[in-house]
Amino acid sequence: MSGILALLVIAVLIGVAIALYNSLVSLRNQVGSAWAQIDVQLKRRHDLIPNLVSAVQGYMQHEREVLDRITTARSRALSATGAGAVGEAEGALTQAVGGLIAVMERYPDLKANQNVLALQEELVTTENRVGFARQLYNDLVARYNTRQQTFPANLMAGTLGFRPAEFFQVDAGDRELPRVDLSAR
Amino acid sequence: MAVEASLPSGGPPPPAPRNIFDEQRRNRRDTWLLIAAFVALLAFIGFGFDLFIFNAAGVTRAGGVPLPVPIAATFAALFGLGSAWLGYRFGDRAVLASSFARPLSADDASPDVKRLLNVVEEMAIAAGVPKPRVYLIDEPDPNAFATGRDPEHASIAVTTGLLLAMNRDELQGVIAHEMSHVRNFDIRKMTLVAALLGAVLLLSDWATRVRLGIPTSRDRERSGGGGPVMIVLLVVWLLTVLLTPLIGRLLATGVSRRREYLADASGAELTRNPLGLASALRKLDAATAPTARIYRGTAHLCIADPLGQTANHRQGWLGDLFATHPPIADRIARLEAMAYRRSA
Repeated sequence: MSGILALLVIAVLIGVAIALYNSLVSLRNQVGSAWAQIDVQLKRRHDLIPNLVSAVQGYMQHEREVLDRITTARSRALSATGAGAVGEAEGALTQAVGGLIAVMERYPDLKANQNVLALQEELVTTENRVGFARQLYNDLVARYNTRQQTFPANLMAGTLGFRPAEFFQVDAGDRELPRVDLSAR
Repeated sequence: MAVEASLPSGGPPPPAPRNIFDEQRRNRRDTWLLIAAFVALLAFIGFGFDLFIFNAAGVTRAGGVPLPVPIAATFAALFGLGSAWLGYRFGDRAVLASSFARPLSADDASPDVKRLLNVVEEMAIAAGVPKPRVYLIDEPDPNAFATGRDPEHASIAVTTGLLLAMNRDELQGVIAHEMSHVRNFDIRKMTLVAALLGAVLLLSDWATRVRLGIPTSRDRERSGGGGPVMIVLLVVWLLTVLLTPLIGRLLATGVSRRREYLADASGAELTRNPLGLASALRKLDAATAPTARIYRGTAHLCIADPLGQTANHRQGWLGDLFATHPPIADRIARLEAMAYRRSA
């Protein structure tokens, strides 16, 4: 009788362990694909920026340094290696683009220009895509790490080779980014 | 046309994230229950036909022997299974076609459309789902809905009125709300409800056209006598036939109301900006005209009740019972409470 009971307990434990393992694997895969999505969006931004900058250059002769900062930040982001450095360089680029969006606000006649408006929409969506990809990634990392560190997964996660994933770091300035309201409505 | 910048901050995740997988599981289970209940209901109605109409009318094989199989019950159950499958597979197309929605592509140069497509793409990224197909309904009243069977086969439709009325933050809120319906499989359940509701209405229409062969004493003699059990069964069956359309409507409303609060909340979780959706809801509320192009049977799919303002303000027990949507004021209050918690 007690033998059957012990077998039953062992079976249940194995079942729980399998479910935990599978959920950890699933989370790890989701974290991986979210990271790939960030990469896609960052690359999209890198490809777009030269065009965007040359398009507004004509309108913004007096804002050379804003545009220069974007160009420099982009080339730094391109050459950055390692998670920490990439995060920092991309953070600086995000800030620089945010600066351009804010500056465009100061040119009322720019807002009457359809091309500029289209450009501005392009800038905003580019930044949003990067931001939301990062948001999803960080949320998933938080969930993945929490799952690993809480009972009962913490008993087996390390042994089975699950390591806490790294957050996509943003520098302090980026987090402080002011909400820019260009709405005329 | 103004463009509004709303850069997502890398801020802290919202409080108490709900488990999206629980929601998905629940919706999958509900879908199966719904199909089972629908088929059982139809089989019961068909069974009644066999018992009270075919039998009473003396539909028999040659020689007066009763029919060997309940023909109507079998037919009705097959019809139920068939329409459930059609609803599951093609319900989204039917819903889109019935509201005259036209698909949008990236080639569309209009700035409003470009912005819409961008916002949909952003929200798909935030939700971690493939980008759904986007449809436009030529209709001045602002409204939007999502349909489909899973995130891989999803569509979001908005009216031209919505595009004109909303700024970027508000549009983002609305699309995030719809994207939540997509992500947690609400769309599958709701589209199926729309399709089955349509089938039920069609069927009950037929049923009421059939001349009811209420068994007379002569009939009873012929069918071997029924007694009180048969009478009770007849009453229950008649009630079912008469009440089915009503039950279907109640089901559609009950299924959708709670989902709206949930989609509001998880939509705000996607944008991290509850006030965007709150402000959009206020504008939807202010638009008093009914959404003419959205058919009554798909009302529960929409972000705001297409019947117009009165429907969004109904309160109280009876209003609650028939409203496909919770009162908008209540939804706005909940979103603002979220914003308050976040800034606190």
